[in-house]
Amino acid sequence: MFDSLTGKFASAFSALRNRGRIGSGDIDEMCGEIRKALLDADVALAVAESFVAKVNERAQAALPELRQSTNQSQAIFAIVNEELISILGGTARRIRLAKNPPTVIMLAGLQGSGKTTLAGKLAHYFKSQGDTPLLVAADLQRPNAVNQLSVVATNAKVPVFAPEVGNGVGDPIKVARDGVAFAREKFHNIVIVDTAGRLGVDIELMNEAKAIRDAINPDEIIFVVDSMIGQDAVRTAQAFLDGVGFDGVALTKLDGDAKGGAALSIAQLTARPIMFVSTGEKLQDFDLFYPDRMASRILGMGDIQSLAEQAKRAFDGDTAAKLEAKFAEGDDFTLEDFLEQMQAMKKMGSMSKLLGMLPGANSGAMKKQLENFDEGEIVRTQAIVQSMTPTERREPKILNGSRRLRIANGSGRSVKEVNSLVDRFSAAQKMMKTMRNGGSIPGLPAGMANSISAQQSAGLRKPLSKNLPKNLPNNLPNKKKSRSGNPAKRAQE
Amino acid sequence: MSLFKKLFAKISRNDISTLDLLELESLLIEADLGAGVAKKIIENSKSRKNEDFLDSVKRTLSESLSNKSREISYDSEKPTVILIVGVNGTGKTTSAAKLANYLKNENRKVMIAAADTFRAAAVAQIQTWGERLGIPVVFGNDGADPAAVAFDAAKRSITEKFDYLIIDTAGRLHTKDNLMAELEKVKRVVEKIIPVNEVLFVLDGTTGQNGLAQAQIFNESVGVTGLIVTKLDGSAKGGIAIATEAALDLPIKFIGTGETLTDFARFESVKYLEDLTSL
Repeated sequence: MFDSLTGKFASAFSALRNRGRIGSGDIDEMCGEIRKALLDADVALAVAESFVAKVNERAQAALPELRQSTNQSQAIFAIVNEELISILGGTARRIRLAKNPPTVIMLAGLQGSGKTTLAGKLAHYFKSQGDTPLLVAADLQRPNAVNQLSVVATNAKVPVFAPEVGNGVGDPIKVARDGVAFAREKFHNIVIVDTAGRLGVDIELMNEAKAIRDAINPDEIIFVVDSMIGQDAVRTAQAFLDGVGFDGVALTKLDGDAKGGAALSIAQLTARPIMFVSTGEKLQDFDLFYPDRMASRILGMGDIQSLAEQAKRAFDGDTAAKLEAKFAEGDDFTLEDFLEQMQAMKKMGSMSKLLGMLPGANSGAMKKQLENFDEGEIVRTQAIVQSMTPTERREPKILNGSRRLRIANGSGRSVKEVNSLVDRFSAAQKMMKTMRNGGSIPGLPAGMANSISAQQSAGLRKPLSKNLPKNLPNNLPNKKKSRSGNPAKRAQE
Repeated sequence: MSLFKKLFAKISRNDISTLDLLELESLLIEADLGAGVAKKIIENSKSRKNEDFLDSVKRTLSESLSNKSREISYDSEKPTVILIVGVNGTGKTTSAAKLANYLKNENRKVMIAAADTFRAAAVAQIQTWGERLGIPVVFGNDGADPAAVAFDAAKRSITEKFDYLIIDTAGRLHTKDNLMAELEKVKRVVEKIIPVNEVLFVLDGTTGQNGLAQAQIFNESVGVTGLIVTKLDGSAKGGIAIATEAALDLPIKFIGTGETLTDFARFESVKYLEDLTSL
């Protein structure tokens, strides 16, 4: 999403790095570059200017001290990072649960911003947290919005309260009120109310939203906004804030190449935090928003923290400990372990999303590959491994021609694909051995190694290894392997 | 319509010599015209010292608009095929319905193909419109191959002698190569039996600078012939539409200004520029 913003920041910084000694004029120049980058990214003018002014002021003030320091550009980088975190909302905020359930969440926003899809994702998210959400179809305006929400609810396996067919018929205020009452009666602890999209200038519809709000007294109102929105974002957000009010923002369609700048400005100008981001068409393509991590991504430092957390969630303690023990004892990494890891990987979400969190992942070529990652490849690889006997999985060496043919037939893939999997697996196994013997990981993207060391030297974060769960070294090679499972990438290698 | 009302109100109050050009740049940027167009307008106005400032802005804008026809094609021999494309949530389905209504009011026989088989209930949405309009809608099941649906519709539109076939497609982000390839397939398959006369790219008027990237990639992929700009009834200035037309030479053909079927009009550049200067 922020790829070009990342690129422009990078060039502004590299200009700075190339100066032997940084002077006041260099800072002005960098700030000019940043201002342009932000405007091209649709960041609201007022926000871009106040951001640049703050960075400039702080950097200029720090200049006398910086003259003594050896890595001046890193120190300025740190200032930009901090200011970026602050315009992104400072600290992360989560849904506040009501003391007396159900917690009522109301979604509002422009037409086409993605409210209905987000409603499904929110419900899916809460359900995975052990909550019992209910979706309420109070968008009776758009043709078949009710129908769409019902389909989304079915996919998320969450019940939906939809007494009216919609299409302009029915009273959304009554539906919302009845929905909340229904949830209370059936002990749903969270209610998500989907409302009709409306323009900021449409007073009649804004009053309707207000009436829905007053009828259900929501604990949280989430303003849903398309990350591709332009400079009008601020006006629209203000109109919603004045009209119906909102407590937090959800950014949608962040999987495109929009820079999301205008949407980010909303957080700053309305002093309402971004709470969620939606990054794709599947129910799982949904994330909580962390300002510091987003700042890291914008500055091209990746989001190792989120990656580590997802890994922790997916790999249950036993699997990880078992693998680690094996690894330490010097046992070979087998196809069985591989299969186990692959299943865990699948739990973590889509591969392109995961790889997107790596440093440097938002840069041109890599970004393009991620966009088009074939998720089906994992399923196909899994099918091949599952068609092997346990002995074969432990000792791939015994895989002769006839065994390979049987596996190919069993998994519905070609012998060529079986061969290529076995080859890649042997390479990975070899890599694991090298690592165990204290070697470095071959083939780690150069950008990754660079930005990790940049982070450490800038002292922006604790040394990386402390943040990673212990089992991650086991996962990394696995990921490398799955990635090269994509034929397009294989060709590139 | 007056996209730049605020801007021109401001200019007419000020003598241009006293108006801070930086402030003007800000206003242009706030209208989503983008830094490029804003710079061009400022530079032109600087170089044309003797010309009235408003005239200069008007001239710069009119020079950057496309010279291509804003008419919608019509083939008297066989059905005219219009493909509606765009990213998610820009208002493709609503625009398809409005366009169908517009053509119907021109006494044309219109058929709609519901080739958005991806989004939950999209087919149902266009069917509802079809019922309201009394226009036949050809559809497949949710998840059906959109190219197959479009092909069936194309065949039917020929045998049943329709004037227009409007194909509504699923929203897709321009960055997803596989989805763009799917769209190319829809066009390719239809063109096996009948040419696609118009590919209309639906641009959300509230979009920022990303709109240009969207239009560019859709244009490369399926050869866009014109733009439909939606949601211009809000507070957005829709400057990105002008920037897109200027950069890619893609004429704005229609604008959508509301939720009812009739909130849809031909884009008239002359009238548009007159509106601007009459303020």
